[in-house]
Amino acid sequence: MTLFEGRDLTCHRGLRQVFTGLDFALPAGGVLLLTGPNGSGKSTLLRIMAGLLTPVAGALFWGDEKVTEDPEAHRGRVHYLGHLDAVKPVLSAAENLAFWGGLRGRPNADVARALEHFGLSHLAKVPGRMLSAGQKRRLALARLLVSPAELWLLDEPSVGLDDASLDSLGAAIARHRSDGGRVAAATHVPLPVEDSEELTLDDFIGGPEMELAW
Amino acid sequence: MTTFLSILMRDLRLALRQLSDATLVVLFFVLCASMFPFAVGPEPNLLARIAPGVIAVSAALASLLSLERLFLTDYEDGNLELLALSPTPLELIVLAKVVVHWCTTGLPLIAAAPLIALLYRMDAAGMPVLLAALTLATPVLSFIGAIGAALVLGARRGGVLLSLLMLPLYVPVLIFTVSAIDADLAGLSARPHLLLLGALLLGVLPLAPWACSWALRQALE
Repeated sequence: MTLFEGRDLTCHRGLRQVFTGLDFALPAGGVLLLTGPNGSGKSTLLRIMAGLLTPVAGALFWGDEKVTEDPEAHRGRVHYLGHLDAVKPVLSAAENLAFWGGLRGRPNADVARALEHFGLSHLAKVPGRMLSAGQKRRLALARLLVSPAELWLLDEPSVGLDDASLDSLGAAIARHRSDGGRVAAATHVPLPVEDSEELTLDDFIGGPEMELAW
Repeated sequence: MTTFLSILMRDLRLALRQLSDATLVVLFFVLCASMFPFAVGPEPNLLARIAPGVIAVSAALASLLSLERLFLTDYEDGNLELLALSPTPLELIVLAKVVVHWCTTGLPLIAAAPLIALLYRMDAAGMPVLLAALTLATPVLSFIGAIGAALVLGARRGGVLLSLLMLPLYVPVLIFTVSAIDADLAGLSARPHLLLLGALLLGVLPLAPWACSWALRQALE
């Protein structure tokens, strides 16, 4: 079974070392929860997993293959949900979702089903600027359902969600896992997922402070 | 290809719903061009002679004005991350965005240019070449400007920096646009100048999307 692995990852932001010598392994159907205090590098690690950031040292592997060898294939596998919801204010909820589907080669995606899953059906025609913060977050989460991707990278997916929406997220993750999908999520609050692995980023802080180079 | 079309349709839809953005650019173009007679005086022969130059410079400034927002809104609301993570090459996505930028700013500028030419009493015989030169020049402006727009992403006062970076690069486009019209009005062939503009366009067509996508990935790091 192919593992999604990070081996010996080191990352610097500016002159600060965020983490070094970090390893992780994420099997199909697995959930990796990234925890740790603010600034410990959870978002950074997710961006590295997505391929938006290049680690200073170390590499990501999909099975035996380095993901940098075929970045396009990796992008096709990844759904990335960052801090920003990416909702266009002048497009309706349904139009936003349809565009995200089209962006990943699914122009005729089942938008209605995704909206329904996160309880947004009645807002389908409402422009993005009229949505509340929580509704925008739910719309961003609905993006995960309009096109398939094996690896979900979720950066604090629960921010702004009410309890019912959190359960919808849990259900979506559970279905994704039963289909062989995997999830890596940075979070501060417990997510409704079963048997997940936890990676605490505290442990990787430290190492010598980098000296100012100039 | 579906991704290319999705972006094309979305950006066109965004532009149509925020029509004021495109209108502002045309208004700026007309206003900017109509400032010159106040400054250089109302001498008709002089105005007729500087008309091509005024149109070309105003078009370059107007195009620059709208370029800052080409990637900025997507960058600020998080869509750029999604674009960069799409399985489709980022170069194609950039191409779609620039094409839409040209449709929503370049085309209206071309449409408004005869109005300025009339205002300046430019010889009507030069009109076809004026339109042909602008049709070749405005996409070059969009493509070159897109590189700048991608480079200044995340910088403070990006708009000013963009102008500083891009205006010098606009100079060749201005020279060939104006010399094509001048040559035609002087009874010479405009063909070599138009061909040079065409060559510029063919040069930036593959180069700009490639440079942009590289700059965008840097901006997202």
